[in-house]
Amino acid sequence: MKKFLAPLLLLAGLAATAQINTITPGQSAPGFKLKNVDGKEISFSSFTNSKGFIVVFTCNTCPYAKRYEQRIVELNDKYAPLGYPVIAINPNDPELSDGDSYEDMQSLAKSKQYKFPYLFDEGQAITNQYGARNTPQIFLVSKTTSGNVIEYTGAIDNDPENTNPGKTKYVEQAITALQKNSKPDVTVTKAIGCGVKRRS
Amino acid sequence: MLALFFAPACFSQQVALIKIDALNNRINAGYDTTYIINLWATWCAPCVEELPNFEKLNQQSGKEKLKVLLLSVDFRSELNSAVIPFVRKKKLQSEVLLLDEQDAQVYINRIDSAWSGSVPATLFIQKENRKFIEKQLSYNELVDTYQFFKNKEL
Repeated sequence: MKKFLAPLLLLAGLAATAQINTITPGQSAPGFKLKNVDGKEISFSSFTNSKGFIVVFTCNTCPYAKRYEQRIVELNDKYAPLGYPVIAINPNDPELSDGDSYEDMQSLAKSKQYKFPYLFDEGQAITNQYGARNTPQIFLVSKTTSGNVIEYTGAIDNDPENTNPGKTKYVEQAITALQKNSKPDVTVTKAIGCGVKRRS
Repeated sequence: MLALFFAPACFSQQVALIKIDALNNRINAGYDTTYIINLWATWCAPCVEELPNFEKLNQQSGKEKLKVLLLSVDFRSELNSAVIPFVRKKKLQSEVLLLDEQDAQVYINRIDSAWSGSVPATLFIQKENRKFIEKQLSYNELVDTYQFFKNKEL
């Protein structure tokens, strides 16, 4: 009997690690004040006329994040004028992720000509409050009379490699629903990508 | 012409593209085998770090009914530019496959509903028994989990 117990206990130990609780649609969006690549601090209240926000946890280094870079730029170009600006946050601990330092973020934002904030979450407090797991991961937020509310979490679309012209664009679909004062059909998808480099 | 025939012998390791249906068919056909499917990518540092653990287990398993599959989730367009060169450089001996699927939302859940979509992750399957672990495994963790499955066989 003892022979069987030991592995069982080990398995229980394995299962207990790495619990990340991602906030879900309907919950309020945690506020933040984080340093942008231009040195200024950004929060939700930096945007006075917006209807909501496309918050995306993304980074410099992950191949999935790189594949999605241009699609994030395009989301901002299309939806910032309609009231849904992109706010990008780098969730990685730069000590654990070579190439994701604040200076690296500044270089990327400059070379890609980001017109949206790219924020540094020093200490990863906001990353943990949102429960961001992977990069890139979207949290679509709407401004309501009862505060900022999560409307959708997950992937930008279902085609990370960007080879399918008929891909399902989850973020666009969710915003289209919000614009009609209704709720998105799909509110949660899995954000395939690179695990956030967390300080344990 | 001859060179073409002999060249592959130096690099016996190939990387086949595989769809999830085909993967499932294989697993179902080998019902008394324990499958350890390691999801990895060439660009994923913790994956690259743990690959030798899977290689070691594969080499030490001898005649046991174990099949180690290293299932890469690299982009399909990088099969020839990244995956095959990596496999040759590291001289990987376990079978290496590249996932040939497009819709991430579909394939993530078909591999395991508990998978968030990040790598490394490892799936243990033996008959109806499954265990999915989404993290880097030490050699001891890998062996202990495998032993647990082997014991279930009895």
